Amino acid sequence: MDPNGGDERDRQAHLLNTGHADEPKRQAVGGEFLAHILRIAAAKSRRFAQAKRPDVQDAKGDDELFHGMKVTTSETAGNSYCSRGQMDLQHKLEILADAAKYDASCASSGAARKDSRGSAGVGSTGGAGICHSYAPDGRCISLLKVLLTNACLYDCHYCINRRSSNVQRVRFTPDEVVRITLDFYKRNYIEGLFLSSGIIRSADYTMELVIAVARKLREEHHFGGYIHLKTIPEASAALIEMAGRYADRISINIELPTQQGLAKLAPEKNLSRTQDAMGHIRGKIDERHAEKRKPDAPKPPPFATGQSTQMLVGADDSTDAVILRRADVLYGEYRLRRVYYSGFSPIPEPSALLPIQPPPLVREHRLYQADWLLRFYGFKVDEIANDAAPNLDLQLDPKLAWALRNRTVFPADINKASREILLRVPGLGVRNVERILGARRYTRLRLADLLRLRVPMKKLLPFIIAADHTPARLGLDDDALRARFLPPPRQAELNFDAPPPPVSGDIESVRSGDL
Amino acid sequence: MRTVVIQPVFAEWRKSARELLALRVPPEDVLWSDEAQEPGLFAPTVDASPRAAVPKVPPAFLDLARSVAAHCDARRWGVLYRVLWRLTHGGERHLLAVATDRDVRQLQQWCKAIGRDIHKMHAFVRFRLVGRDEATGREQFAAWFEPEHRIVHLAAGFFEKRFAGMDWSILTPHGCAHWDGSLLHFTPGVPRSAAPDDDALDDLWRTYYRSIFNPARLKVRAMQSEMPKKYWKNLPEATLIADLIAKSSGRVEKMLRTELRPAKPAPKNAYLDSLRVLNTPERPPPDEPPQTP
Repeated sequence: MDPNGGDERDRQAHLLNTGHADEPKRQAVGGEFLAHILRIAAAKSRRFAQAKRPDVQDAKGDDELFHGMKVTTSETAGNSYCSRGQMDLQHKLEILADAAKYDASCASSGAARKDSRGSAGVGSTGGAGICHSYAPDGRCISLLKVLLTNACLYDCHYCINRRSSNVQRVRFTPDEVVRITLDFYKRNYIEGLFLSSGIIRSADYTMELVIAVARKLREEHHFGGYIHLKTIPEASAALIEMAGRYADRISINIELPTQQGLAKLAPEKNLSRTQDAMGHIRGKIDERHAEKRKPDAPKPPPFATGQSTQMLVGADDSTDAVILRRADVLYGEYRLRRVYYSGFSPIPEPSALLPIQPPPLVREHRLYQADWLLRFYGFKVDEIANDAAPNLDLQLDPKLAWALRNRTVFPADINKASREILLRVPGLGVRNVERILGARRYTRLRLADLLRLRVPMKKLLPFIIAADHTPARLGLDDDALRARFLPPPRQAELNFDAPPPPVSGDIESVRSGDL
Repeated sequence: MRTVVIQPVFAEWRKSARELLALRVPPEDVLWSDEAQEPGLFAPTVDASPRAAVPKVPPAFLDLARSVAAHCDARRWGVLYRVLWRLTHGGERHLLAVATDRDVRQLQQWCKAIGRDIHKMHAFVRFRLVGRDEATGREQFAAWFEPEHRIVHLAAGFFEKRFAGMDWSILTPHGCAHWDGSLLHFTPGVPRSAAPDDDALDDLWRTYYRSIFNPARLKVRAMQSEMPKKYWKNLPEATLIADLIAKSSGRVEKMLRTELRPAKPAPKNAYLDSLRVLNTPERPPPDEPPQTP
């Protein structure tokens, strides 16, 4: 509520003496406004071609590296969005966005606060990220997520861009990415750029190209929007540092939680090297943080405020326990901001080494719920998934599943229980726990109070005591209580706009939990 | 019982509320209603009303009230005044901490709706290029947006910070905001026809939207809960949605029928060779938690 933080909170505003400047009062500029509207009306009748920027760059020279892969680069694309240039750019965007869509990361939050006032450019970051659109896959679109090229030396079998795939290979010039980013940004389509690339020639060579885009955006165009750069663990430390200087977030995808998995499906990758690189990045982020705290040191150069990663789910046979333990190490040892879980999804160029059948989408969902429990609810991995029960229950959320396994903890008295216990009550989120703690200092909470907080009562009731509620004894036999929370037998998504689900077996497997 | 008719802006409510509070008029004796006519561009300056001693309220209440004032629900003034009364004459100074209280909850829900409306405006405004200022060389953009509540004032600061380097106007039925590089100013609402319909870049943006969609993960409800249909008519990409959904199952079936691709041998490449060297003398797999870097 209070953007000015703690100090302000003690301030007592005087209702009487604030009769000025509360509403931003600006003077009306009637005539100018009319002229403006007229200009817009005139503009409606004609299309404005984009301003021309001479940014043709020779991007040939790697074609011979790919042994038969055709890499399309172009010199025509630089000039205009009209005519052939636009067709060509559109074609490349189609392929290079398609090539990037399997990366689940979309966050544009957590960046340092900066904005464009007083600069010639555009762009601001800080505060919550914004999702500018949503695709019918339910994923948010906040960044322009593209690859610089989808040509790649590596052969990661879950990836559409691996060298064994037969997709058409294309490549953006750095200037093309810069221009699309700026033009999309100015139309408020996006929060910024998420740039990744297939690995061509070498890790360092590829990193340099990726960094060139970020450098141009920041230094030549004064772009202040969000930049997320994918880095390559094998790239030199100096290049990773440089990437961190231009980016708000950098990331390295761990992809699979074990070295065995990588050895089989991504032979060029290596878990130790990836974690070493994450450690290096963490060191840099910490260093910058420490410098910022020194009282009279000059302001250090900017550096990314966080790193994230992605783990594929269902591409190898790792259990949820293995995945969550790896995530826990990444959060604990490397201070990652986010670990994204990406359910392996069928790709148009399937590999002979991989199962064709995707895991049920709900598995990914349960992993995210478990991830939240680890980060915000004080759970330990072993409480959620362990060697005895290595996989999450697909039918129940992990907190409810834990509560059913640990009934002796309940019922919890919402008027007395500690924050730690309230956070473990199924159906109570972090915010509602805070509301309950705040309200119960002044009043004894009854069920009607909880109803007003819009908590899911059916889920909550067996586990709590309120001023006017004591649950029937929890000693209901196991299946009876559990059965109350299971989804009804036919729970196809009620969605009249959608055609039948993509694969007929999917719904079935979601329910049964069979992979 | 008295009826108070005010222009629907926070400053007007505050002025009336102060007077009523000074006269100790209890909330059940007041009927609030919005003046039918839209307010002038700006609330008239507050006149010198009698400066009776009005008790202090927590700053959090003013923040809440400023936000709730933008809501379209006709009951908001009454609830605001009742909470104000309870905070001051009612002896419930802690009231805002009781999130389960009916009035507080109601204000918080309205406040949340305003926050969401502002957030969606920040997300779904789509600027269209309309020209370039010949004198300054700055690009000029205009956008049309239909917020649910009167939030243009509350939402405009974000656009000023983000798009300082270009000229822009955001047109809405409730009011318009304009930025020319030095001054953010506001004008009355305009009809849809005043705004440009499209932009030369819309096609490229649609290409991106189409390509970033993964047909194997269709979740239409998840999309609609975050991007309700009421916004679609002003989003250039929304025209694609029906078609993407309709064709998704066919695309997935085609993927599942595709013949599996065998692994190709690695090309001769010095970098790959170096990786192979690194990878063969297998370092112990870090299955124990690795050391702190």
